[in-house]
Amino acid sequence: MTEPRQRPGRAGGHVVVIGVGNEFRRDDGVGPVVLSRLSGQAARSVRLVLSDGEPARMIEAWAGASLAIVVDAVRADPPVPGRLHRIILDRADAPEVRPVSSHGLGLSEAIGLAQVLDRMPDRLIIHAVEAADLSQGVGLTPAVAAAADAITSAVLRDLAAG
Amino acid sequence: MTHKGDRTLSAAGIARVEGGGSMYVRVSAGQVEEVRLDIYEPPRFFEAFLRGRSYTEPPDITARICGICPVAYQTSACQAIEAVCGVIVPGPLADLRRLLYCGEWIASHALHIYMLHAPDFLGYPGAVELARDHRDIVERGLSLRKAGNAIMELLGGRSIHPVNVRIGGFYRVPSARELVPLAEQLRAALDLALDTVRWVAGFDFPDFTCEHELLALREPGVYPIERGTLASSGGLEFTAADFERHVIEEQVPHSTALHARLAGHDGSYLTGPLARYTLNSRWLPPVAAQAAREAGLGPGCRNPFQSIIVRAVEIVCAVEEALRLIGAYQQPDRPFCEAEPRAGTGHGVTEAPRGVLYQRYDLDAAGAVRGARIVPPTSQNQAAIQDDLRGFVQARLDFDDERLTHECEQAIRNYDPCISCSTHFLSLQMVRG
Repeated sequence: MTEPRQRPGRAGGHVVVIGVGNEFRRDDGVGPVVLSRLSGQAARSVRLVLSDGEPARMIEAWAGASLAIVVDAVRADPPVPGRLHRIILDRADAPEVRPVSSHGLGLSEAIGLAQVLDRMPDRLIIHAVEAADLSQGVGLTPAVAAAADAITSAVLRDLAAG
Repeated sequence: MTHKGDRTLSAAGIARVEGGGSMYVRVSAGQVEEVRLDIYEPPRFFEAFLRGRSYTEPPDITARICGICPVAYQTSACQAIEAVCGVIVPGPLADLRRLLYCGEWIASHALHIYMLHAPDFLGYPGAVELARDHRDIVERGLSLRKAGNAIMELLGGRSIHPVNVRIGGFYRVPSARELVPLAEQLRAALDLALDTVRWVAGFDFPDFTCEHELLALREPGVYPIERGTLASSGGLEFTAADFERHVIEEQVPHSTALHARLAGHDGSYLTGPLARYTLNSRWLPPVAAQAAREAGLGPGCRNPFQSIIVRAVEIVCAVEEALRLIGAYQQPDRPFCEAEPRAGTGHGVTEAPRGVLYQRYDLDAAGAVRGARIVPPTSQNQAAIQDDLRGFVQARLDFDDERLTHECEQAIRNYDPCISCSTHFLSLQMVRG
């Protein structure tokens, strides 16, 4: 299958794909996995950024971007491992719960802060995959590994659409 | 007394990754009988994963344990393995290691102060709401964090999971010229750090004193960051090689984490900013020492709520130290010193932003890791946090469950426990009998 040709980002802004996660947390490694697959396929002008989801780093990565795409693992209750969610954000909900540690700060805070500080990208697309196993360990579970292929293709389509 | 039965209070939200921290409180006849906190997952997987790996790999692998303090893991690992190999990293490379670590302190403390802790004192639900009313303040926090990240990016190759650290030093060291713009950024950051101290010193702090024994590194003449021997407020002194003889980790039934205590000493102990400051405030560099005095800190601090002031002072210390190290920097001839493998056991200990981080490696003659032990600060602090919460809850039993949950969360934020990057919320189970 041939991926659509990629268009450059809108004038003035860069295009960034942020892979959030930790490859030593099994399915949480889906973000880094997608990032590594994109490295051979995305246009060179596209910035590929590995992140732990910490808000300041996320904001720094996407501030001024015409398009930012975030790939991340999420948990759901009840979970359907491998199920994909594609979310286009023009408005962020406030974080529902305040974490008890700075380790718990994440995408919700990043989006909320970026909106208040005028650091949102022109367009933010989140590709989230429901995880099956987020314990310490390496390797994606089969359902999430399969989803990684689908997300890679979906991200390439988003990049092509600009 | 009204019997309210077993009730579970939980707070759940969209969490990026799995994990649910929990706190269990049992009250009977107006007395807190039990407080259990289960928030932490020890890095046992990594200890197993490291076995069989080459002695050159732990700095890269352990950096993945935590996105916020990778340098702490890398540096403790390097020290332990270098101890086996008989390598002493010489001055300029050791200075660069301290400089890199300063970056992590600045970034980590700024994140905690501005994104998590300060909103508690100012009555905001979180940093987003704080930013809505005080954009300039939050921008200051982000600038400070950026300055810390800039050090990590230059010396570590990147700010998340730095890739430029190796046994014996670095893969590449910067030229003096490359450090010039960094120094400029840090000079501006010093003013921001001092403003931060003045800002947090004006908060209202509940009266609360923790009586734990305090454990920190000590390196006479300098504030301990990347090296030192261990010292406690109770008079203990020991080296990294004796860590496992003095620190006993015990399994507790409700938690996957081991709880630590000091051998021969009753009660829990605390490591982290309060311990570091109380045992080492005399060795703060001059600007940080002056900032601490102006903030009203004495030679020690045992109020966990005031840890926000200590962290702010430590940011000043780290920026000041970074500027000193850059000012004295001369590019070393080689970016690392050779470390040939040997059979043996080595120990490393450093001051992660959250406290003492210990690692041990057993190597065979070919340099393969035969055993590894990693003891992070949170596993040491968990029992102390629980003890403090017990007293904290006892004094607030007349609060309803919602308010008590909120205040307990705030109290836990004082310690900024490492939650293995897996626990995003606290669920409180309160049993009132």
